[in-house]
Amino acid sequence: MSAPAADAPLPMTLQVNGVVRTLSAPARRLLSDALRHDLGLTGTHVGCEHGVCGACTVLVDGEPARSCLMFAVSAQGHAITTVEGVGDDPAALSPVQQALAECHGLQCGFCTPGFVTTITAYLDEHPDPTEDEAREAISGNLCRCTGYQNIVKAVLRAAELRREERA
Amino acid sequence: MTTRTVGEGVQRREDPRLLTGHGRYLDDLGRGALQAAFVRSPHAHARITDIDIGDAWELDGVEAVYTWEDLPGRVAEPLPVLIPHPALTHARTGYCLAKDEVNHVGEAVVMVVARDRYVAEDACGRITVRYETLPAVVGLDLARRGERLVHDDVPGNVAANLRQEVGDVDAAMAAAPNTLTLDLAIERSASMPLEGKGVHARWDTDDGSLRLYSSTQTSTGLRAAVAAKLDLPLAKVEVVTPDVGGGFGVKIVHPWPEEVLVPWAARMLGRDVKWVEDRREHFVSSAHERGQLQEVTVGFDDDGRLLALDVRFWHDNGAYTPYGIIVPIITATQLLGPYKPGAYRVEFWSVYTNTVLVTPYRGAGRPQGCFAMERTMDAVAAHLGLDRTEVRRRNFIQPDEMPYDQGLMFQDGRPLRYDSGDFPSSLQKLVDLVGWDDFAEYRAAASTEGRTVGLGIGCYVEGTGVGPYEGGHVQVETSGRVNVATGLTTQGQGHETVLAQVVADELGVPFEDVHVTTGDTRRMPYAVGTFASRGAVMSGNAVALAARGVRAKALRIAADALEVSPDDLDIEGGVISVRGAPGTSIDLRTVAVLSNPLRYAFDVSAQAATQFAGTFDPDRPPVADDDEPGLEGQDFYSPTQATFANGMHAAIVETDPVTAEIRILRYCVVHDCGVMVNPMIVEGQVHGGVAQGVGGALYERMVYDESGQLLNASFMDFLMPYASEVPHVETDHLETPSPLNPLGLKGAGEAGCIPVSAVIASAIEDAEGFPVRSMPISPAELWELRRQHASRTDPAQEGAS
Amino acid sequence: MKPAPFVHHAPRTVEEAVAVLAQVGTDGKVLAGGQSLVPLLSMRLATPGHLVDIGGVTGLDGLDVTDEHVRVGALVRHAGLERHDGAAAALPLLRQAVRHVAHPAIRTRGTTVGSIAHADPAGEMPAVAALTGAVVEVVGQGGAREVAAADFFVGPLETTLAPDEMVVAVRFGRLPAGTRTRFTESARRSGDYALAGVALAVQVDGATVAGARASFVSVTPVPDVLDLTPAVGGHPVDDLPLDAVADAVAAHVDPDSDIHAGADYRRMLAAELTRRALATVTTEVTVGAA
Repeated sequence: MSAPAADAPLPMTLQVNGVVRTLSAPARRLLSDALRHDLGLTGTHVGCEHGVCGACTVLVDGEPARSCLMFAVSAQGHAITTVEGVGDDPAALSPVQQALAECHGLQCGFCTPGFVTTITAYLDEHPDPTEDEAREAISGNLCRCTGYQNIVKAVLRAAELRREERA
Repeated sequence: MTTRTVGEGVQRREDPRLLTGHGRYLDDLGRGALQAAFVRSPHAHARITDIDIGDAWELDGVEAVYTWEDLPGRVAEPLPVLIPHPALTHARTGYCLAKDEVNHVGEAVVMVVARDRYVAEDACGRITVRYETLPAVVGLDLARRGERLVHDDVPGNVAANLRQEVGDVDAAMAAAPNTLTLDLAIERSASMPLEGKGVHARWDTDDGSLRLYSSTQTSTGLRAAVAAKLDLPLAKVEVVTPDVGGGFGVKIVHPWPEEVLVPWAARMLGRDVKWVEDRREHFVSSAHERGQLQEVTVGFDDDGRLLALDVRFWHDNGAYTPYGIIVPIITATQLLGPYKPGAYRVEFWSVYTNTVLVTPYRGAGRPQGCFAMERTMDAVAAHLGLDRTEVRRRNFIQPDEMPYDQGLMFQDGRPLRYDSGDFPSSLQKLVDLVGWDDFAEYRAAASTEGRTVGLGIGCYVEGTGVGPYEGGHVQVETSGRVNVATGLTTQGQGHETVLAQVVADELGVPFEDVHVTTGDTRRMPYAVGTFASRGAVMSGNAVALAARGVRAKALRIAADALEVSPDDLDIEGGVISVRGAPGTSIDLRTVAVLSNPLRYAFDVSAQAATQFAGTFDPDRPPVADDDEPGLEGQDFYSPTQATFANGMHAAIVETDPVTAEIRILRYCVVHDCGVMVNPMIVEGQVHGGVAQGVGGALYERMVYDESGQLLNASFMDFLMPYASEVPHVETDHLETPSPLNPLGLKGAGEAGCIPVSAVIASAIEDAEGFPVRSMPISPAELWELRRQHASRTDPAQEGAS
Repeated sequence: MKPAPFVHHAPRTVEEAVAVLAQVGTDGKVLAGGQSLVPLLSMRLATPGHLVDIGGVTGLDGLDVTDEHVRVGALVRHAGLERHDGAAAALPLLRQAVRHVAHPAIRTRGTTVGSIAHADPAGEMPAVAALTGAVVEVVGQGGAREVAAADFFVGPLETTLAPDEMVVAVRFGRLPAGTRTRFTESARRSGDYALAGVALAVQVDGATVAGARASFVSVTPVPDVLDLTPAVGGHPVDDLPLDAVADAVAAHVDPDSDIHAGADYRRMLAAELTRRALATVTTEVTVGAA
């Protein structure tokens, strides 16, 4: 009953939401699973495990990436931001979270964390998108509930909120 | 003060939690639970000759390996036929783990329980199942020929054959001055929620009870089914539905094999066990829908009025029929839409194929029916050279004809009797919204730029809010907090918000004080489930009735305390006051205290209800004979029939003259779901439905090869639309309240998706000038259609109209 | 959908990486961005015993522009290439094409060199490598070698890379002054693999087309180059024999049918995309710097 050498747990150190976390997991542990099951950050959701749906999108060094397409072991040395890192307090939403709530940009909420991270990173680079650009910005994430109409609106509203916040 | 919230686009209560990663979906629960994985059949049709567990056991972390042979008692018996029907003469269901034979790729054969999913999958890889393959029946053409059989004892592969007729179709058809026949086809798609199914079972060895968490659309149904399967008293089983990442129909089926096996294994092992369906499993072992072949013959007069409608269709029900024939019954009845068909006959054959089973997916047979009817309407218009809206107008049921009985039996066994709707007004709104009358001009202008555009339309009626019932429980705590429970489950419809709006208004309390629980059998053990656009209609009215009961009780107690008549009292903002006598009032929370006579004071407010607290009538018992302690109550809403929502959509599409790429330039919706509790949420439902409809019209299909392999079982190849594929949706609403329920509601959940394939087909047909009879349609298929029509010599088929 | 176990190697240098590759042979795979590899692992369609994770290898993240080429190191992400103004100025086709690679969240991790080593006929960057006469820099146990793109791709998902070798960089050749480029493709959904796509380079001499070449996505087994000069050379930019171009493309490509489109459709699509790309690239006012 010995574990194959290939599956031996490795000590890992991940920097998640500004906090250094350690865990022990085999090399094959997907970053999505490590975040969810080893670190208990269940806000990151897994919808397809082949990189298409975008529900598991986290920020790696500030850029959106599919956490189901990365191994935790490879994520060491990078700064990971999950939806909890964007905004963890239901009473103090980030502009993107606030905009999604105001615009009814979510229904079941399963894909939502991936949209929150994606839109947050997008607005960091493109603070003033047009409606077409807003649509393009979210076109790598699947949502089965909303038909995207109100998510597009939320991108524009979030940009507005961020500008207000800065002013 | 209290403002009415019903009718307002109140922001959702659930959002802050879901937006910050604090949702609790199935896989977020049960950290540390053992995980299950399954060896599933790679063959569509085969006999199992041997199962060799091999050295799977030797893997570190493997806790159990089960085959059918290991299953006891009812766990080993076939899964239930949930919705029997007299016409379903040959119902067949599978086993939790395949016994002897597999009938579709993906059927579970061996269950592995291990430390985590990684190890469980390793173990699955070490298990060898030997099969003797059998010829597969794939596709309706092969199935209805009946030469190869899915189940040896089901002749012709026919699970059910049902015929309904209103009037004398043969006579009416023979007398009709014009007749047309259309052959139509719709391919398979699937609900495809972003969260797959999942089950987490906690077996309590100490008291022999089970708590089951499932990503289900029915917690009470699942509870009863699992208790029966595991031979447990109902009192020892509770089902809790956590946050659910979308359902759209597929999660109404119960019990799924895993929903029986996981709690059974938890009991066997005395450990928490969890199974979280992965995407590949979802494609091959959850349900699909839509696939039908249809033959429509229509007789009509020279004005385009229907005289006779004769419909035959073949419905692919996949390998098993656990959910009965609900989908084809809905197609057969809801096909009629807002129209009077003249004499109507519909007959369907629900047939087996060696593919994943078919159960309702949002729309549930209606998109197919709408497609048949609307293609027919367009064909009639084309035949007579009439405007397509005019033909529809002439066949509409008129508002003064409501209620209108179509003379058929609906999916709930009750009459197909429309309660409300104003179809001419809805159509006028749509015509105005899309600019129907100006389209010819737009088309001409586009044409000068070398662009090809088309305008399409589709109308539907949707029976929503079917029974049998839902319940509501409302309880006012001494803090003023109002707890509301209903048994049906939530998958994103915003029930926490909508039901709180209803109760806040009915009870006269601030919206913020109302807290809603859904889908938890501990809180409401009597419920049916979330399907058929019934959440708001059924539970909305149930909690309204329950709240009215609690309000009456509160007024009675307050009247006693204030020594006035209950008729003189009002509740606003959680304060009961005497009308016309400001200052004479009592808080609802105080009434809650008074409603429950106490011996023990656990806090300051409770002191007021204790036995030495003050004045009471020593001749009356603390709780009257006809009363109960507590400011709470429950009630049920059980309608005599469904309520019928309706809608009309129009779209403008552009087709590339060379590449046949299809772009939706505009998409317009007019929708009537009666009173809207929360218009923002209703609109969101419509948006989502349209997007799924667009998927079904232009992108999504299940592609099987001849051997029954699903060729596109991934999100890379099953093309659910991204934002880039969904057009901007323009909406307008007509509110004709339902007379059937206290709140005047009609369902809204499925509406958006129903007519989309019909609308897009209509628009492409209009752009291209040849009929579109099969959906979905891809650019490559449209291009192929063009080739076929170009090679024909019939000049009538050429050019856009 | 969880990967099978593997031994994870985290070399610090190219030499260490290729030493591991030599040791594990065909049981090893290089992991760079992982955007194509990880799904295959999760579906257990690939079950290598060893992954050589080059994420920590130093010296592979360089992006250098010289007079002759744009050199892209093995750890340069698609997004990095997309953002790089120097690369875009030197060879506009790079930015034009890389924007079509999947979605932004894939481009942030996926590497351009990785997609070339993967040699998927549906990949955008192999087509660009072919059209620009790229040179693939390879290192193995026996040392370094350079392979022309034309010799690198031998079939769908098949290259001349040996099991003990890895690609350390690709040098995309800069195009002669006056070259205009265009990349266009058509996919079922945004970000999907294209049904057909074309990378186009056109030499314009005043008001006349001097020459044109194209390579294709999803319609040829390997990304090879079609010389369109015989069809368009010497013709005025505003009056090109586009039908002849379309015919040449249709004759050149050799698409397969799949569930999304038949071969005939893809052939037509490749021809039409080329025709449109050519028509717009030759009439546009702004000329990409070469």
